[in-house]
Amino acid sequence: MSAGETKGTGERMKPRRRHGAAGALIAAAAAAMAVVSIIPSTASAGRVAAGLSAPSANLPVPTTIGKGEGKLNLIAWEGYVQPEWTKPFEKQTGCQVNVKYAGTSSDMVSLMANGGGGQYDLVSASGDADLRLIYGGDVRPVNISLIPSWKQFYPFLQSPAFNTIAGKHYGVSFEFGPNILLYSTKTFKTAPTSWSVIYSGKYKGRVTVPDNPIQIADAALYLSKSQPKLGITDPYELTQPQFNAAVALLKAEHPLIKKYWDLASQEISLFQSGTTVVGAAWPYQETTLAADHAPVASTIPKEGATGWADTWMLATKAPDPNCAYKWMAYMSTPQIQAEDADSYGETPANTQACAIMDKIAKGSCAGYHANEPQSYFNTIKFWKTPLTTCDNGKNDCVPFQDWVTAWTQIIG
Amino acid sequence: MSTIREERQVVGTARVSAALWRRAWLRATLTLTPPLAWFLVIYLASLALMLVTAFWTVNPFTNVLEHSWTFANFDQLFTSVYGTVIARTVEMAAIVTLTDIVIALPFAYYMARVASARGRRLLFTAVLLPLWASYLARVYAWIVILQRGGTLSWAFQQVGLGPVNIGYTNTAMWLVYSYIWLPFMIVPVYGALERIPDSLLEASGDLGARAWRTLRTVVLPLALPGIVAGSIFTFSLTLGDFITPLLVGGASSQFIGNVIYSNLGTANNLPFAATLALVPIAIMVVYLLGARALGAFEAL
Repeated sequence: MSAGETKGTGERMKPRRRHGAAGALIAAAAAAMAVVSIIPSTASAGRVAAGLSAPSANLPVPTTIGKGEGKLNLIAWEGYVQPEWTKPFEKQTGCQVNVKYAGTSSDMVSLMANGGGGQYDLVSASGDADLRLIYGGDVRPVNISLIPSWKQFYPFLQSPAFNTIAGKHYGVSFEFGPNILLYSTKTFKTAPTSWSVIYSGKYKGRVTVPDNPIQIADAALYLSKSQPKLGITDPYELTQPQFNAAVALLKAEHPLIKKYWDLASQEISLFQSGTTVVGAAWPYQETTLAADHAPVASTIPKEGATGWADTWMLATKAPDPNCAYKWMAYMSTPQIQAEDADSYGETPANTQACAIMDKIAKGSCAGYHANEPQSYFNTIKFWKTPLTTCDNGKNDCVPFQDWVTAWTQIIG
Repeated sequence: MSTIREERQVVGTARVSAALWRRAWLRATLTLTPPLAWFLVIYLASLALMLVTAFWTVNPFTNVLEHSWTFANFDQLFTSVYGTVIARTVEMAAIVTLTDIVIALPFAYYMARVASARGRRLLFTAVLLPLWASYLARVYAWIVILQRGGTLSWAFQQVGLGPVNIGYTNTAMWLVYSYIWLPFMIVPVYGALERIPDSLLEASGDLGARAWRTLRTVVLPLALPGIVAGSIFTFSLTLGDFITPLLVGGASSQFIGNVIYSNLGTANNLPFAATLALVPIAIMVVYLLGARALGAFEAL
């Protein structure tokens, strides 16, 4: 099923309103796809049956990695293709690495349109883009047995729901990080235990959160504990009433916010100057501020936290599949995982990277939580694309497009 | 031989120029075609393309542009949140323009009519100097000045006025915009004031008008074209900006430009971004028509 056919189905609907259009379009596309695809009957396929199936699911996977094609074209987050590890890779494999940096997850989806257009091989997509790429048919399954280091990954990153569907891997997990609660130790003598500190009026005008629609999931996560009556089980699968409650919470939060930060550097200067005293952040901000001896600390409150997890995904029309497999295998090794973790400021998927991280920068393994037990990682709800399909088997969840519209209304 | 050929060439050239002289329309066509074609292709075509895009939609899931005609984007534009954003942007553009007029008028008057030649050169350099530095560098400088515990707050505390915290607010944006666009107001107003003949002011005085009346009835009307030219700059530049709200603005500082930016980046909704981009164009058309009605372009 190509994007073109999806479009054709949507057009026949002639929906009057744009918001309705989003849901109707996906539902119609799903219905059309369900007709042509065989619905698998495994347990994890319940969600697939409810909504969509991946167009590239039945493409063949290689059983061995062949000779390199001499080049490799990547779409990546800035910082993921540093010369420290790219140069040795080029030397080892003869694959010349070219990279196009993307600014946002949506940039990545656009660049990967039409299976990478026969131009790109791999994309370092985050969880909020993964399902869009998979169900858009832009990425194809990979043979995970060709990635030896994959066995050393944390179990929860080996076959996570955001990149593995019905047992098929649409890429190899890379690194991840939690969205932590950052606070000033001058204001908080003890660590706050709940996200309520950013929603209650106590720190009015001293709060900062990211300028990102996925922030709605953070609100939903908080509501899942503070208002159990809403019945939120997954912050990325929200029915309309649950979604409305999360949006209402964020609208009520708006007067408390000093600034919705767009760049990590903005939040760093907000905390450095003491303009804000509490907010949602990445571990990168905390380590940078700590290195500057700013009085800050972070915590994951009792409600848990959201987080991002990136995946190297293989383009459906990748022109250099052998170099792509070599890259995925290389980037999964403990050494490179540790180098990236320390240089970018995130947590490696490979459990063996911790010791190497400490060798590169003392204490960085603990700093980026690379040595935590599984119970810690269980508290992190990783980003995934909000779709109309829910785990409850109905198609009544709010899709990402509506998240974006709602976010504009929250901050506008 | 060669002289004959040269003569023929001369005759040929003369004939062409004669033909062009007789047919003014041909002359005009030949002169105007290259710049007009450039204008049509590069400028108007891109605008037309944007206008067309505004009637399309994007598949919310795959981000593929769908070429089906719809008014949905315009329906969405008239919801309250975008109304708030548009009103905020226009209000800021108007306030910044007024502020710059108030500052630029006496400044430009001093430069044009009071200062010595040397003083004028110095003032000109002072006005234009900031334009040589990067826009970003100047905005970042203001972040340092305005943030909590920044230069401004420190200065206020030194004179016993207590700390001020206007960093990351709309007040901060107003200050930054007024500062950044000021040269664009001063230069045209200076140009207009400099052209006023001394004799007019003298005549006004001879006829018994005091300074204030001369200013009101002679200087200001003659400066109006300069003020309007400057206001077009300050107004349209504020209207289209998104960097200052991003860096200096607070939680309620979304501008039209920011919504366009997030629709291009985060949402990847090119059609809606195009719809929004038509708003500043429409506002500027209204603005220019209003300026014309006020007689601002009569002196041009």
